[in-house]
Amino acid sequence: MGFAVLAVLQAARSPYMTRQNITREQPVQFSHKHHVGDDGIDCRYCHTSVEISAVAGIPPTKTCMNCHSVLFSNAGYLDPVRESYRTDTSIEWVKVHRLADFVYFNHSIHVNKGVGCTTCHGPIDQMPLVFQASTLLMQWCVDCHRNPAPNLRSMDKVFAMDWKPGADQEELGEKFMKERKIRTAAELTSCSTCHR
Amino acid sequence: MLDLSSLADRMSAQRHEEYQDDRPAVDQHLEELSLQPRPLDLAAVRAQLRAKTGKQYWRTLEELSGDPSFQELLHREFPRQAPSEWDDSVDRRDFLKLMAASLALAGLSGCERLPEQHIVPYVKQPDGLVLGKPQFYATAMPFLADAIGLLVESHEGRPTKIEGNPDHPGSLGATNVYAQASILNLYDPDRAQTATRAGEIRTWSQFVEAAQGVAATLKATRGEGLRILSGIITSPTLTAQIETLLSLYPLAKWHHWEPAVGDGAREGAKLAFGAYVNTVYRPGKADVILSLDSDFLASGPGHIRYAREFYERRKLNGPGATMNRLYIVEPTPSVTGASADHRLPLRASEVEPFARAVAEKLGLGGSAKVPPAAEKWLAVVARDLEKHKGASLVVAGEQQPAEVHALAHAINAELGNVGATLYYTDPVEAHSVNHLESLRELCADIDANKVDTLLILGGNPVYTAPHDFDFVSKLKFDQQRKRKKIQTVIHVSSHFDETSEYCDWHVAESHYLESWGDARAFDGTVSVVQPLIAPLYRTHSAREAVGAFTDKPGLSDYDALRERLKATSPSGDFEKFWRKTLNDGVVAGSALPPSKPALKFSLASLPAPKALSEDLLEFIFRADPCVHDGRFANNGWLQELPKPVTKLTWDNAALVSPRTAEKLGLTQRVALRGGEHGQILSNVVDIALSGSKVTAAAWILPGQADGVVVLPLGYGRKRAGYTGTNKGFNAYAVRHSDALWAAAAPASAIQKTGDNYPLACTQYHFNMEGRQILAAGTLEEYRKNPAFAHDDEEFQKKKKDELTLYKEEENPYDKMQYRWAMAIDLNSCNGCNACVVACQSENNIAVVGKEQVMRGREMHWIRIDRYYGNVKANVGDPRAQDESLDNPETFFQPVPCQQCENAPCEEVCPVGATVHSAEGLNDMVYNRCIGTRYCSNNCPYKVRRFNFLRFQDWETPQFKLLRNPEVTVRSRGVMEKCTYCIQRITNVRIEAEKKNTAIPDGAIVTACEQACPTEAIVFGNANDPASRVSQLRAQKRNYTILGELNTRPRTTYLAAVRNPNPELEKA
Repeated sequence: MGFAVLAVLQAARSPYMTRQNITREQPVQFSHKHHVGDDGIDCRYCHTSVEISAVAGIPPTKTCMNCHSVLFSNAGYLDPVRESYRTDTSIEWVKVHRLADFVYFNHSIHVNKGVGCTTCHGPIDQMPLVFQASTLLMQWCVDCHRNPAPNLRSMDKVFAMDWKPGADQEELGEKFMKERKIRTAAELTSCSTCHR
Repeated sequence: MLDLSSLADRMSAQRHEEYQDDRPAVDQHLEELSLQPRPLDLAAVRAQLRAKTGKQYWRTLEELSGDPSFQELLHREFPRQAPSEWDDSVDRRDFLKLMAASLALAGLSGCERLPEQHIVPYVKQPDGLVLGKPQFYATAMPFLADAIGLLVESHEGRPTKIEGNPDHPGSLGATNVYAQASILNLYDPDRAQTATRAGEIRTWSQFVEAAQGVAATLKATRGEGLRILSGIITSPTLTAQIETLLSLYPLAKWHHWEPAVGDGAREGAKLAFGAYVNTVYRPGKADVILSLDSDFLASGPGHIRYAREFYERRKLNGPGATMNRLYIVEPTPSVTGASADHRLPLRASEVEPFARAVAEKLGLGGSAKVPPAAEKWLAVVARDLEKHKGASLVVAGEQQPAEVHALAHAINAELGNVGATLYYTDPVEAHSVNHLESLRELCADIDANKVDTLLILGGNPVYTAPHDFDFVSKLKFDQQRKRKKIQTVIHVSSHFDETSEYCDWHVAESHYLESWGDARAFDGTVSVVQPLIAPLYRTHSAREAVGAFTDKPGLSDYDALRERLKATSPSGDFEKFWRKTLNDGVVAGSALPPSKPALKFSLASLPAPKALSEDLLEFIFRADPCVHDGRFANNGWLQELPKPVTKLTWDNAALVSPRTAEKLGLTQRVALRGGEHGQILSNVVDIALSGSKVTAAAWILPGQADGVVVLPLGYGRKRAGYTGTNKGFNAYAVRHSDALWAAAAPASAIQKTGDNYPLACTQYHFNMEGRQILAAGTLEEYRKNPAFAHDDEEFQKKKKDELTLYKEEENPYDKMQYRWAMAIDLNSCNGCNACVVACQSENNIAVVGKEQVMRGREMHWIRIDRYYGNVKANVGDPRAQDESLDNPETFFQPVPCQQCENAPCEEVCPVGATVHSAEGLNDMVYNRCIGTRYCSNNCPYKVRRFNFLRFQDWETPQFKLLRNPEVTVRSRGVMEKCTYCIQRITNVRIEAEKKNTAIPDGAIVTACEQACPTEAIVFGNANDPASRVSQLRAQKRNYTILGELNTRPRTTYLAAVRNPNPELEKA
């Protein structure tokens, strides 16, 4: 009986349930590896509202057409993009990072306090197609909320793809916590922080 | 049975006694089930007996007759304790099979992975739109002779929440119930979605084509057969369009009919000044106000502003503060009456003699006979008014006749109030006419075959016209002449209603949230109506419909508005002016200038008022406080909203006073109860009035004048949509044009049918059972002892360790940066219900329906409790023998979740679904809740609401647009409650944290706080001594409800203080 319970609990954390590391098929094979890794485009060029709003935002077709009206303007796999722009129909991207409806996550506060994109989203610049790099389980969120210091970066490194915590991360982390007035673990783990 | 005389005795002898239902249990059970007791069908019994063969045993005739309600009684062993929600046709075996299967599957159901979802971005994102951040647009809601200035919150291009526009003179940032609920009207699935002709769908261009065809024939006759019927219109653009039409067709006529706004104010102005004049009040400047049956604080043009100004003078900021004083005479309790310091119940027909007597006392001449009860009262009032010349105000009610209004004008002039506490302007409404005469003329013209095209702009004349006009016959086929009375009838309205049925064309009208336009507010300020969303369906505005008959049928509302503004705006950069106007929501400087009409009125010119004999009953008609004249009947939020004084939902009732009920033998009885709420079985009566008849449920209302029966309008609709049809009774059916507001009839006009009707009332019980839940006192008491609300001195003195078993070194919340708290001023709350609807809108609260309300399951997170308080003397009145029932003082107390620091609900949740946040708020986590309801059980304030069923509508697509994306939509089986608008707190906190600043006072405004016209609710940081909420908490009249339970609620109340005149106090 206890074994059955444990089995169920483990199953609930398996990649089957959390969709971790499972590459998702998209209507357009948009490659972050190419655009970010090779071309060096900053995250915010497309995900424009990440610093101001709760949602980072998937770019409108127009953003793609900014470049692709001239670059690769005849490429086959950009057909859906041109079609979308021409017919004024949105592209329906598959949502890779899906949280339950009763969870209210806010990107802007994380980014403004020094949590980098790759901390949660993984090495995006190495993904030809995006997969969910973390489990996105509540446990995973709460681990950081209880002790954010190891995950804080200096503000110029938030959007860097290659950041790794250095030897002095502990010290730096504490410094950032104070400077940026990051709230205590008790405050960050109040239910209403994420659940409304 | 409600035994009124003994109840009255008990109430006067002992203050606190609960009404007990002590009939034998069997009777109660039977009555609950057979609510419409059927007469025994003996023929069926005999048929059954004949059909059976062999020995038969039976115990009751009902059993044999096959009476279905009796069969039901037999099936249910505990009909009262466990009424079944679902169809109980599952037998035991099937039930066990289902249970076993679901148990097996239950383990797996928790492991469902989230279904795939798509993100659908824009193709070209609109400028300035940030996904996830709402935008606010200024607009206005045109409503009768007013426009309510609004700021509407828009999420990703669709409006989700309505707020007041702080820059608008009429709303000052607040709203009323109609404005808050109007967003549900936008997403009403029963709205007409396209134009139809004789029931078949037509396109707009087909309508325009037909209209142009009609226009061509009209040109030949110079519009002789064209008539327009509309309600009150204040929109300058629409008026200009209609006037263009009238100039094209000079012989056409424009008629008006607004059912719930009387002609009294207009005709009264004409009587007093010789011309139609608009009155604008400044209650904030008045020290003494006399209301002659005027509900000016909760209805009528400008009431939001009037309420703010009025209650501003009642916010006691210290013992030295002064208060204004309100006297009111009215036939039935109203919201304004509840706030009055002195209230005199008078029949509607007695208000005119009263006004005359006041005028006489002030030296204006004339004489009048008033009931002896009123003599001393009015002498004191007159003296008080005289003492405050230039700082007093007399207001006459919209339903009172012209004479009362003229008297009010004369009295105000005599007291020197003109220019100080009120001023006059040109009429705000376009085309002021006497509405009753206008409709009468139109009907006469139709009968005389003078009309061949009728354009009805909005309204519902078939439902609302006086029954003697028989408006529906005007639209029908004339059997005698073998042709239709009117060739072409076009109805422009938002729903296909009772009138549309009989019209040739029905043009679906756009909601104001989807249209361009303008409207004048109560003081004439031109407010711009700006759309928040493109029309959801193929709808068009009334202005476009009128324009279809002119030379420029293609002129859009946007262009028409700009054209008109260009013509009337100051010279210079129009685009800049346009953008500023759209941003502000008002056209700067467009308020109508004060005019100085000369008083041409003398009391001597008035004919003697008709006295109503004592043995006749007076039937009065009032607009309903929730559905108004019936236009909001299909609005679920307003149907379920408990009416301010009666707390009835989903129905209207014929209101009678306790004494009149006794005389007529009317009673009511509590049936099922869910705490204080429930199902009240009320006597059904037949009312025969003015040659017509209607059947209604009666309701006993303490405080109503004797000999008055109130018939609220707006219900009994036959074609209102899914929500509004067949609710309540239709008072319009007995409304005669000769007695539009008050009709006299003998007591025999109202006859009991012997039936009972269940009414859903959310607060039947109005006693506090000995606890100080509401604290109220007089100004004198307050001055002597400002802390009179703290009768819990004993408790205050107790040390902390005497109160609790838990060791507590110090209160952890004392040192926190933010300590969210709320202070509610009971002196400012007038029970208008705006906060209830605002909360419903903001937090996606479901509508549960009448059945569930009868079980006490309404989901409103904030409720307004209505209490009847201590007696105020009705001096020397032989009629008022027991004031506690006949003229009680009324108080309102909004009760949201008290957010206790020591919350009883948190300790008993077995799964930790309700826990305390670090800032001291009581969090509710829906995903953890398993529905034990222990938290609700433990809550002493009963503010927790449980989703007993899946009350939310998952299916209707329009409601998906309506919901606020910031708040979780709850499903079945979870508890919910007020969260202090945690979504607003979090959003503001995130913004402040990003900037590394503290949250300033006033940055976080809860939905209820924002909607409240009187600023009765104040939210803020109690640990910031400079915040408004801290200052209110520091006031001596601040108290907590049930504080002695040591719950330490964050919501505190400021005791109500009334300002009675010492001359009128009981010796």
